[in-house]
Amino acid sequence: MNLYVSPSPHIHGGDSVSKNMYGVLIALVPAFLVSLYFFGVGALVVTLVSVVSCMLFEFLIQKFLMKKEPTLWDGSALLTGLLLAFNLPSNLPVWIIVIGALAAIGIGKMSFGGLGNNIFNPALVGRVFLLISFPAQMTTWPVPEVMSMNYTDVETGATILTMLKSGSGDLPTYTQMLIGERGGSLGEIGAIALLLGLIFMWVRRIISWHIPVSILGTVFLFTGILHLVNPAEFANPLVHLLSGGLLLGAIFMATDYVTSPMSKKGMLIYGVGIGILTTVIRLFGAYPEGMSFAILIMNAFTPLINTYVKPKHFGGN
Amino acid sequence: MLKTFRIGGIHPPENKLSAGKAIQTLALPKQVIIPLSQHIGAPATAVVKKGDEVKVGSLIGQASGFVSANIHSSVSGKVNKIDNVLDASGYRRPAVFIDVEGDEWEEAIDRQEGFVKAFDLTSKEIVQKITDAGIVGLGGATFPTQVKLTPPPGNTAEILIINAAECEPYLTADHSLMMEKGNEIMTGISLLMKAVHVKKAVIGIENNKKDAIAHLQHLQSNYHGIEVMPLKVQYPQGGEKQLIDAVMRRQVKSGALPISVGAVVQNVGTAFAVYEAVVKNKPLFERIVTVTGKEVLNPGNFKVRIGTSIQTLIDAAGGLPENTGKVIGGGPMMGKALANTEVPVTKGSSGVLLITEKEAKRKPVMSCIRCTKCVNVCPMGLNPTLLMTTTEFTNWDLAEKNHIADCIECGSCSYTCPSNRPLLDQIRLGKGKVMGIMRARKS
Repeated sequence: MNLYVSPSPHIHGGDSVSKNMYGVLIALVPAFLVSLYFFGVGALVVTLVSVVSCMLFEFLIQKFLMKKEPTLWDGSALLTGLLLAFNLPSNLPVWIIVIGALAAIGIGKMSFGGLGNNIFNPALVGRVFLLISFPAQMTTWPVPEVMSMNYTDVETGATILTMLKSGSGDLPTYTQMLIGERGGSLGEIGAIALLLGLIFMWVRRIISWHIPVSILGTVFLFTGILHLVNPAEFANPLVHLLSGGLLLGAIFMATDYVTSPMSKKGMLIYGVGIGILTTVIRLFGAYPEGMSFAILIMNAFTPLINTYVKPKHFGGN
Repeated sequence: MLKTFRIGGIHPPENKLSAGKAIQTLALPKQVIIPLSQHIGAPATAVVKKGDEVKVGSLIGQASGFVSANIHSSVSGKVNKIDNVLDASGYRRPAVFIDVEGDEWEEAIDRQEGFVKAFDLTSKEIVQKITDAGIVGLGGATFPTQVKLTPPPGNTAEILIINAAECEPYLTADHSLMMEKGNEIMTGISLLMKAVHVKKAVIGIENNKKDAIAHLQHLQSNYHGIEVMPLKVQYPQGGEKQLIDAVMRRQVKSGALPISVGAVVQNVGTAFAVYEAVVKNKPLFERIVTVTGKEVLNPGNFKVRIGTSIQTLIDAAGGLPENTGKVIGGGPMMGKALANTEVPVTKGSSGVLLITEKEAKRKPVMSCIRCTKCVNVCPMGLNPTLLMTTTEFTNWDLAEKNHIADCIECGSCSYTCPSNRPLLDQIRLGKGKVMGIMRARKS
């Protein structure tokens, strides 16, 4: 009989990359259903185009440029595609989405060597690339229209954050914000649905509390203090929590394994950094929304944080 | 709330298939192969030669140096040869081959079955008897026991911690011993307390052995200063530093000995061996070994003479299953894969685990996705994926700065990794290299 001889340990817990990726995908389902409900067919088209083109670019680049066995089914390109779509308006033309997918996978992920090696969140690289290249299309937001059958030909309007920036327009009610009846990127609108995803990922131990809680806590605290000082100029912190891409970013984008710090303390520093940057951009910057930039900036700090903030060493001081 | 260690840890499926099974005594084999190096430190020097007659308990290997241990014959018969043999570590090392004839014991050994209460001995006499009997740590580390009982000058022990965690999945040897030899273990602990001059001993035992906890708690009132402490089930609780942290809430610093926080740790099986050595004059030549595995017909706990082949043990448990892919000496987390089943049982053999071919195969390695799961489970608070990378890039400076030498090789990182990365394989290599560099710098 031939026996295997290998070093210990001899058993494995059974966790896998795809289990984690598909876990996140499941957590995204409620938010996706909300976007289908409020944006209709546009949400479906944008998501499909984004997912398919991300997977296609991943396959082509791995196969023909990197000349290695494509790892299409680990779920990572699928997840990037879905997250990119979640960060786009539901009336964005197909050709722009495809360019975004190329930027996300090609520049954001593969140029660094593929899964595990990228510094920046690929989906956000795609989104910011499009935001800077096509500012008009990327900031024309459809207003919610239940089960709409229209794709690009829809009524558009201001988002909560653009209303706050310009100081005009009627804000949606808190109930509308919670269920997702508001303008914005297709995946960011449903607060309750996003929080359900967060709870699912906590239960499945896909992510820990450190990053989402530190981001949301910092934004709440920062905007809360400003609101107390000057309620006329600065909006209620709850509005900030429920608007823009804050929840989507804090729960699904900033928690990306590859681009966030490895120690618990490092995660808190990273989360607080994102919270402060987002608030500063939202309140004092030229853009109404700062989440994507804040995450990408803190992504750049992640290697530095990892170098200086280590996990608590046994017997250490 | 049950206590446990405070950093990291995992909880793999316990699979204690042989729990609650009575200890069976294995029939004498026809030949035993007794390695001269069954402990950490210098191998013993053979004091017998081909053709010599030996009895059960005869000294056949003399400890050579401070960190070394005596080796005794486990059978009576004639020395066939002294030759190299492939042992559980995977190396060929010298061993004494003895052909078994009858079962004649050295006269000094008390063969009465009954339990005898300890008689009055000084600390020195106890340590001497332990040294003579060739006792080593029976949890698997096989560090010569007398060395641990002789703290370096300037250090005093406050507490004796008895390691009854048996945190490795599958293994139940210590569990069965505690169920059947409770009084003997308690007496052994009392002797060890006297040897290291402490008034207090704590038996740290994981809460998945409730019957053993109840049994020992029932006995503890008869023995002064011994406390039974149930611990939350968490691997690697049996790691010396982890157990001290769980019991005392003190962390032994990098590179320091347990005595630096006032602790001496001994395995529960060692305590039993100490009882036998001191009270019964019996050298360490047999031990309890768990034979187990999901496909094993009759998983069980066997009392077996040192030097018996693993194959004999496997046969006693119902034979080697068809689909066996790996034979492990020890538990699934820290045990060693054996090259064949003719490897002899040694003092450090706590179990024989048969893993199916399907489970034995490693899954394909994928890129690190920096999920930090290995960081979260590392009981030493290290960053395994970083240490693996520093080893791959042979960046020994960075590896040392990130405490690679502190790795206890528990395997929690590799067990947890979703990308199936061979974290511990690489860290072990790097650790060996870095420790070599550190030693060279010191000397």
